[in-house]
Amino acid sequence: MELEAAKMIGAGLAVIALMGVGVGIGNIFSTLIASIARNPAARGEVFGIGILGFALTEAVALFALLIAFLILFT
Amino acid sequence: MASPVEQFQIKTIGPNLHVAGMDISFTNSAAFMILATVVVGVFLTQSMSGRHLVPTRIQSMAELSYEFIANMVRENVGAEGRPYFSFIFSLFMFILVGNLLGMIPYSYTFTSQIIVTFAMAITIFVAITVIALVKHGLHFFTFFFPSGAPVYMAPLLIPIEILSYLSRPISLSVRLFANMMAGHTMMKVFGGFVVALGIFGIAPLLVLVALTGFEILVAVLQAYVFTILTCIYLYDAIHLH
Repeated sequence: MELEAAKMIGAGLAVIALMGVGVGIGNIFSTLIASIARNPAARGEVFGIGILGFALTEAVALFALLIAFLILFT
Repeated sequence: MASPVEQFQIKTIGPNLHVAGMDISFTNSAAFMILATVVVGVFLTQSMSGRHLVPTRIQSMAELSYEFIANMVRENVGAEGRPYFSFIFSLFMFILVGNLLGMIPYSYTFTSQIIVTFAMAITIFVAITVIALVKHGLHFFTFFFPSGAPVYMAPLLIPIEILSYLSRPISLSVRLFANMMAGHTMMKVFGGFVVALGIFGIAPLLVLVALTGFEILVAVLQAYVFTILTCIYLYDAIHLH
């Protein structure tokens, strides 16, 4: 029973990484909007890079989720 | 109510085959991989069979996907990337169609299996390392020391660089697999809410509609990210830094 409780606490702690990911994704899109607003002509180029940055940051969230699942179900 | 992770179960189709202690039975995962290849092949050959000067709707879809990857290779790898274009294009189409086939209800997403994505990532990783070694010989190992960094930083920088290089196939495969798995699990969980809430299930159903749209976006995006990272790694291998 204590092991079960410890697993749940551990899974909860593992997803604290989402805090950083939230800041990161917010930062990426705020910068993306700001740069498109300053120079709308650069939209095509900047958008691809922004989406790439978003996907790379989102992956960190999924790594945390994966660790949480590993702790919970193994 | 079935468990949210039940959809990822691999089931054998037809007889169980064992050769030299290995299970080589035909599975639903293998069936969907073959289906994805067939869909890509039929789509590209049939849409281009008319060869209209002014493309029809389906022909312009094929041309758009071709141009999209051609531009990606040109911008991210450069002229030296041309020989690898056909590989990168087939990689993109395979992952894209695999992800999109998974969005059809009751179908199976083979990209949600880590072994599938890891097999693709490790193949790319080994191939790119071999390309770099053939192209640069032993000079390739200077890649692990950023140019311009002070020499006394070497004991710290070289292990970090080697570690980040070796973790590439892991991050590449886990990104695609985790995105697919998390997305499909989340949809199944919301589906469970719809059934459990009865008449009030309309609220999670609306969320589910939005979520389906988001998942289609993620399916395309992850295929794009997997391909563009392959291009970036290829650029590193060809140009070093």
